[in-house]
Amino acid sequence: METKNIMIVGVGGQGTLLTSRILGGIITRAGYDVKLSEVHGMAQRGGSVVTFVRYGDKVYEPIVEEGQADVLIAFERLEALRYAHFLKKDGVLIVNDQKIAPMTVVTGAAEYPSDIIENLSKEYNVVSIDAMEEARKLGNTRCFNVIILGLAARSMDFTKEQWLDVIAKTVPAKTVEINQKAFLQGFEGE
Amino acid sequence: MNNTKIMLGNEAIARGAYEAGVKVSAAYPGTPSTEVSENIAKYDEIYAEWSPNEKVATEVAIGASISGVRALACMKHVGLNVASDPLYTMSYIGVNGGLVVNVADDPGIYSSQNEQDTRMVARAAMIPVLEPSDSSEAKEFTKLAYELSEEYDTPIILRTTTRLAHSQGVVNLEDRKEIEDKPYERDMRKFVMMPANAKMRHVKVEERLNRMAEDASSFAINKAEYNDTKVGVITSGIPYMYVKEVMPEASVLKLGCVHPLPKKLIKEFASKVDKLYIIEELEPVIEEQVKSWGIECIGKELFTVQGEYSANMIREKLLSQKVEYVENAAPMRPPILCPGCPHRSTYSVLKKLKIHAAGDIGCYTLGAVAPLNVVDTTVCMGSSISTLHGMEKAKGREYIKNWVATIGDSTFLHTGINSLMNMVYNKSTGTVMILDNSTTGMTGHQEHAATGRTLKNDETYAIDLYGLCKAIGVEHVYIVDAFDTAELESRIKTEVARDEVSVIICKSPCALLKSFVPKGKCFTIPEKCVNCGQCLVPGCPAIVRNEDNVITIDDTMCNGCGLCMQRCKFDAIGFKERV
Repeated sequence: METKNIMIVGVGGQGTLLTSRILGGIITRAGYDVKLSEVHGMAQRGGSVVTFVRYGDKVYEPIVEEGQADVLIAFERLEALRYAHFLKKDGVLIVNDQKIAPMTVVTGAAEYPSDIIENLSKEYNVVSIDAMEEARKLGNTRCFNVIILGLAARSMDFTKEQWLDVIAKTVPAKTVEINQKAFLQGFEGE
Repeated sequence: MNNTKIMLGNEAIARGAYEAGVKVSAAYPGTPSTEVSENIAKYDEIYAEWSPNEKVATEVAIGASISGVRALACMKHVGLNVASDPLYTMSYIGVNGGLVVNVADDPGIYSSQNEQDTRMVARAAMIPVLEPSDSSEAKEFTKLAYELSEEYDTPIILRTTTRLAHSQGVVNLEDRKEIEDKPYERDMRKFVMMPANAKMRHVKVEERLNRMAEDASSFAINKAEYNDTKVGVITSGIPYMYVKEVMPEASVLKLGCVHPLPKKLIKEFASKVDKLYIIEELEPVIEEQVKSWGIECIGKELFTVQGEYSANMIREKLLSQKVEYVENAAPMRPPILCPGCPHRSTYSVLKKLKIHAAGDIGCYTLGAVAPLNVVDTTVCMGSSISTLHGMEKAKGREYIKNWVATIGDSTFLHTGINSLMNMVYNKSTGTVMILDNSTTGMTGHQEHAATGRTLKNDETYAIDLYGLCKAIGVEHVYIVDAFDTAELESRIKTEVARDEVSVIICKSPCALLKSFVPKGKCFTIPEKCVNCGQCLVPGCPAIVRNEDNVITIDDTMCNGCGLCMQRCKFDAIGFKERV
């Protein structure tokens, strides 16, 4: 199998690490070689964060580079814009329709770009979702990241059962149900 | 049974130490090395501790080794500087039980104050270095390091980089091998480094390194992979993976032992390839040695000494294949203090008083950037206090009346305390603010000597920072709630004016601590809001002025610290208590 490249980008503190943990789990269970690369430390404090996931028969490089991503999962609009050039021509861009203003915008040093999703849709295969709103409907805003993962899972080759199983084995016992529900919301929802 | 697991490089090192029969591990947290200790702590068979700093941690490991057990010390690259005093001499002493120091470099400076290359330090200290390329090797090399350490009577540095430490890969788990303790025998000539003994040990160190350099050519971890011999690449660590990605057809000499270098093997490899490249991140450590042997090769002529490498970089430099792409313009998103962070409150008061801060290493370094702009200097762990002292001695008491030193609780105990002793001893009048958030924040919330818990989460005595400062001889020590801005303002004014050294302990827990429960959430009351923007001044990411000019608070981000409420003169921010 040709190596698959997935990127998860967002704002430090949004829970991208949980998403990559679930991804890593499902890939290893399926018997692939896998490399994941994460950001820890200072950048996690509200900064722009990136996780790279690569899997296939044999994976060397732990990072995804420009023009290589099959799937780019963006937890926030501006981060989608920042990393869109990492996508392959036929890659899929999953965007959570949420705005978190960076400090450069809050202080007035920069402006938050408008119409990000509309503009990206002209160039890329974009699927957007207001996951925070969906999560609110499910009664727990904290599971929004798993809703996004569910949506991204549509572009991957694992079955629903495999996903639900790995979620059950990855998240804390008392949050299994809500996380599985959230995943299905993204995976099967409208 | 499938006995593989996906592991961070750091977790794999912990596993390697476990399987190698390590009994003692000591460290001070530092990105990107922290998770080694956090994972070692899970093994009941290993005693593991957070020491107050890397020097102490290294000495703990030396003691364990001398007593006859396998021991580990872990740190980031700049932590090795703190540990360099024991490091250089433990090289002379050698080991009894195997001794490994895991040092994590940070090319690209993701979370550090510089990007120094540990291999340079290791060469200076005459300590061998192993460098794995992925999680699987991280575990294997850790185990091998103990074998080599005991065979050659030397400590070994296991060098990683951020990319390796924080990448996950598949690791094959094996059982722990219990190692019988080596008998301890008094041996003054080996363990007591006074001049006469040290002179003799220096000879041994040289012999040992020469012997190892000779043997290194047959180490299995130094591996020549011959393919097409038109191009040969000597590489190690993470860059090896980039080379394999880009040039699977090239011949590669993969070095697992990067100090001492396997001269014979390198000469042989060089003679078999037409063109030789050396690809190593940071300093030309391998390259300069290879060139000094009269071997023609290309390295830093093409590659930078800064930052991380990538497959695309190698594609461009070696194959002239430039990957074309268009980056979208997007405003930068630098790291910031979290919603509900007590440092924001403290710095907002300093900002109001137009006071400069000599800063230190921790989340609170972020007080340097907009919109706070309070921190003027940051050098290294503990430096804030001594920097301030130096300013006073240079320019006089009046000069530092609009200066303070700001330092975290963990950093204060790391090395700041020495500097405070100096202030008292040498009659400083400066004001030190200990930003006590009850944890080691930036590295991901590790316990320290004043939290009351150990790395293994056992209860222990919590050092009383107030009592400690008093005992050093600081007469004026005050504890202030970091969110009581009125009290904090008046206290700072008093203390900077005072012609004696003083300490203000700004106390309030980190909002990311598991034990932290927000008291509620703040919300804006549009009818009362006059849009003055005072609430925005400290730069809380939960408060935004929207496109329609209305200020709102994101309730999914707000931690209810109430700093914005304190700043609002119009009662336009309400508070909804947590039910």
